[in-house]
Amino acid sequence: MPHMLPTLQKRHAPLATAGAQRELLAGLPLERSFEAALEGSGLYPLRPTRIEILQVNVGRKCNQTCRHCHVDAGPDRTEMMPDAVLDRVLEIVEGTDIPTVDVTGGAPELHRRWRELVTRARAAGKRVLDRCNLTITRLPNYAYLPEFLAEHGVEVVASLPHFRQKGTDTQRGDGVFEQSVAALRRFNELGYGREGTGLVLDLVTNPVGTFLPGSQGALERDWKQQMRRLYGIEFNRLYTITNMPISRFLEHLADTGKLEEYMERLLVAYNPAAAAGVMCRNTLSVGWEGTLYDCDFNQMLELPVHPRAPRTVFDFDLEALTGREIVLGPHCYGCTAGAGSSCGGATA
Amino acid sequence: MHDHYYDSHDLPRFGEIGRDAPELADKFFAWYNAVFAEGALSQREKSLIALAVAHAVQCPYCIDAYSGDCLQKGADTEQMTEAVHVAAAIRGGASLVHGIQMRNHAEKLGM
Repeated sequence: MPHMLPTLQKRHAPLATAGAQRELLAGLPLERSFEAALEGSGLYPLRPTRIEILQVNVGRKCNQTCRHCHVDAGPDRTEMMPDAVLDRVLEIVEGTDIPTVDVTGGAPELHRRWRELVTRARAAGKRVLDRCNLTITRLPNYAYLPEFLAEHGVEVVASLPHFRQKGTDTQRGDGVFEQSVAALRRFNELGYGREGTGLVLDLVTNPVGTFLPGSQGALERDWKQQMRRLYGIEFNRLYTITNMPISRFLEHLADTGKLEEYMERLLVAYNPAAAAGVMCRNTLSVGWEGTLYDCDFNQMLELPVHPRAPRTVFDFDLEALTGREIVLGPHCYGCTAGAGSSCGGATA
Repeated sequence: MHDHYYDSHDLPRFGEIGRDAPELADKFFAWYNAVFAEGALSQREKSLIALAVAHAVQCPYCIDAYSGDCLQKGADTEQMTEAVHVAAAIRGGASLVHGIQMRNHAEKLGM
């Protein structure tokens, strides 16, 4: 199994808490605040367009501890969505017309009611995405996952930083690449990523370093050729995601003295077109404890939705949430740099 | 006056080369950008070629620029190191193949 790095929490690292991360980011000498950048683009205050995606983070436990993880997920994390919250999430899924349910974690499949969440969301006619780290499907107790996902027509969004071993293992742990390739082959055998099956297999790549991702379209064409040539693997889309200055990647930037340089890189690359398409405008994020956030990144920084909006699943009100003002911070530059970045890839 | 010839801060100032010859610079940059657009070769492959050439012509600006560009275009350090070996092999081979000229000339002069 892959070599494991400890989480920030397990190491009692100075940046293990959201408060310490927020403080570090707030103290950075940025030329222009993110709010001012949006104002210059006529986008401030930023508000949702329509809530199309309910992203449910069911817990922080994961079988991997990737070096860039903004969740600080890992095997030692114990936070899992309790029954009362999950029951309420299911009521929202079944009782509203939000078309897409995006299930994430940690490794979301480790939640004991993940299957129920997926099954009921699909039965309610929702498009369901599973953010899968691939290696989970190679663990004996979870070998059923590819067949289960195929049977329920769940879209698989799988992380793979690079199409070669070195970059992937550097970021995600020793042995992850080999296990990921084996998992992708299994998904292909079941029809995932193959034309005409309707089974969607998307890959997500993020830079193995402190640079911005390249053009999503050009990378996708190159990746498709390379994945086919090197491993005989097919997939549907490649999403590029920028590394966010949060949690373990923030620690890496701070420890290596690259934080200010990286933030400057994001700021200089601010793109108004990417800003207009940021995911917080069509996504609502639910934390394991039932709090509502504008995105998974705000969730990890413990920045809930605006105080005037309903702030938990228990007082959920779609109309009030659609009119809310989105909560911003310096980390938001990560989603607006270059071609933009979101859970669905580039935004511009 | 600088006490050295190369300064990394000059790299982002490349565009200033258009200052007394804007039309020529415009033509150069338009052509340059067209060269690196995706075509029969991917952007990653073109960036690896550029990195190799940067080492062959020993341009520190180009080495910095294309080390970053290669990573951004999806290359990894193993591919980049192989590209540099290609440049080095051609440079080394170019010297060595001239040895035949040396031998030809020596044979002419010898007994």
